[in-house]
Amino acid sequence: MIIDLAKFVAEERPHWTELETVLKRLETDPAHVLALEDVKRLHHLYQRASADLAKIMTSASEPEIRRYLESLVARAYGEIHETRRSPHRLAPLAWFFRTFPQTFRRHLWAFWLSLAITFGGCAFGGLALHLDPGAKRVLMPFEQLQGDPAQRVAREEKARKDRLAGAKTTFSSFLMVNNIKVSITAMALGMTWGIGTIILLFYNGVILGAVAVDYVDAGQAKFLMGWLLPHGAVEIPAILLAGQAGLMLGRALIGWGTRASLRRRLREIGPDLVTLIGGVAVLLVWAGFVEAFLSQYHEPVLPYSIKIAFGVTELVLLTLFLTRSGLQRVGGGS
Amino acid sequence: MKTHTLLIQTPEGIAFPLLLASPVTRMLACTVDLVVVIATVYLIGVLVAMVGWIAPSLSLGIHLLAYFAITIGYGIATEWLWRGQTLGKRLLRLRVMDAQGLRLQFSQIVIRNLLRFVDGLPAFYLVGGLASLLSPRAQRLGDLAANTIVVRHPAMAEPDVDQLMAGKFNSLRDHPHLVARLRQRVSPAEAAIALQALLRRDEFEPAARVGLFGQLASHFRSLAAFPLEAVEGLTDEQYVRNVVDVLFRARGERAASADKSGPTAAVPYPGV
Repeated sequence: MIIDLAKFVAEERPHWTELETVLKRLETDPAHVLALEDVKRLHHLYQRASADLAKIMTSASEPEIRRYLESLVARAYGEIHETRRSPHRLAPLAWFFRTFPQTFRRHLWAFWLSLAITFGGCAFGGLALHLDPGAKRVLMPFEQLQGDPAQRVAREEKARKDRLAGAKTTFSSFLMVNNIKVSITAMALGMTWGIGTIILLFYNGVILGAVAVDYVDAGQAKFLMGWLLPHGAVEIPAILLAGQAGLMLGRALIGWGTRASLRRRLREIGPDLVTLIGGVAVLLVWAGFVEAFLSQYHEPVLPYSIKIAFGVTELVLLTLFLTRSGLQRVGGGS
Repeated sequence: MKTHTLLIQTPEGIAFPLLLASPVTRMLACTVDLVVVIATVYLIGVLVAMVGWIAPSLSLGIHLLAYFAITIGYGIATEWLWRGQTLGKRLLRLRVMDAQGLRLQFSQIVIRNLLRFVDGLPAFYLVGGLASLLSPRAQRLGDLAANTIVVRHPAMAEPDVDQLMAGKFNSLRDHPHLVARLRQRVSPAEAAIALQALLRRDEFEPAARVGLFGQLASHFRSLAAFPLEAVEGLTDEQYVRNVVDVLFRARGERAASADKSGPTAAVPYPGV
């Protein structure tokens, strides 16, 4: 087939321009919904451009037109074959109060697993410290926790000066950044078939269990609750949720209980992972504020009962939020 | 270096290759991005230091948060705004794409950027670099999880045919119907080989040069037979030069003449 390229380009050019205009509109405004006629027209233009590309593919002298058509067909291909719905409007409130808890409930198995692993770590750490108090240095590699709990409590309760005075914002920022980093790592380590996530969760559990037993053995359970609960009631569940995301990723990699291909499995959980880790970040910002501004104050400045009550309230609210929020929508949908 | 390509095939029977970016190019782009991030953080540090005169704790806190938000958010924001490109990727003509040629989703961008935490382990992107060296589609772990690839759009230089011909007379032009036949029968790859052979003609050994142009000329002669008066006295190299001239130059002239008549002017090439 010999084609008169000049004539060919002159005839087809208006169709390419039209296709380009439609594509540009679709790409810049994802919320735009095409009418049936427009969809038919788009499909026609796409097929026409594809046919033109096939005609020009073998021509030695038109590399630019070929590249232009390739790019056009590639863009149209992406638009036409894309079946995933893209979120077209920023709706942070709906996302946090509806999508986030719904996503959490959809993958509840991973949360229970995450919780079980952390509990396992707690039990191990607590037991180890209880049986061998000398192992403290190994179990809790933090300078401020090395001393005797009773002495620390006495020191903190005697303190009349606010040692965080003027440094609270910095401290809370540091906590947020650090905790969000740990959470992202917990999720990202899911890429090691979940093994990294499991190790991280277990290790966190070991530290938590060891600290708890250390204080309880020293008879300072009340101080411990007052110290850990206000921020821990949000922070610990947040890390568990990050672990949940990591385990989901690990499972998608392994492919338990599904016959879908690896690519498809990863594609399916992608948005859920992003939702979970986003929600975790929000929770950790809250926990960071509480830890810096509230948790470090003890009796007589702040009665333990108030701190404990505050922590318990947070935990109840968080549980209600995760189990109830956005529930009607799910019921209606199914 | 080995370059991989990924072939995207559409149900319409169209297939086009995507050039996958090599780990080295990606590392260069990453370095550029790192410099940008450090510079931005430094700038914010200077600004925040002014707040520091009033509230030192607040300024340090803001700095910490800003540093974190920028290191994580930079890749996500730029890749989302520029459809898969950061500043470094723009410079090196790289682009993140969906591995199936579909539209890049926000969640894919977030996942591939958050998984840098694993790809960056234990230092200097060792895990990610190894993964992209070993993976058939040059993906690091983040790309695998997000189902994305990074492709390269090399700048295509216009062949400088004028430099080859420099106002010489081309006897083949007197036979437009044969030129048309030649242009229709020569494949893009063949034309590119002939052009490259001409551009590098001085780098060959004399014997190899004669042999190469002899082969090329006999191939082109077999595609379209020009009458004797057009090719008489032409060496093989001159023959190939004339062929390349009619193959490539015709386009420029047509575009110029079309400029006057309207819509067939040179087609702009937008990004994917």
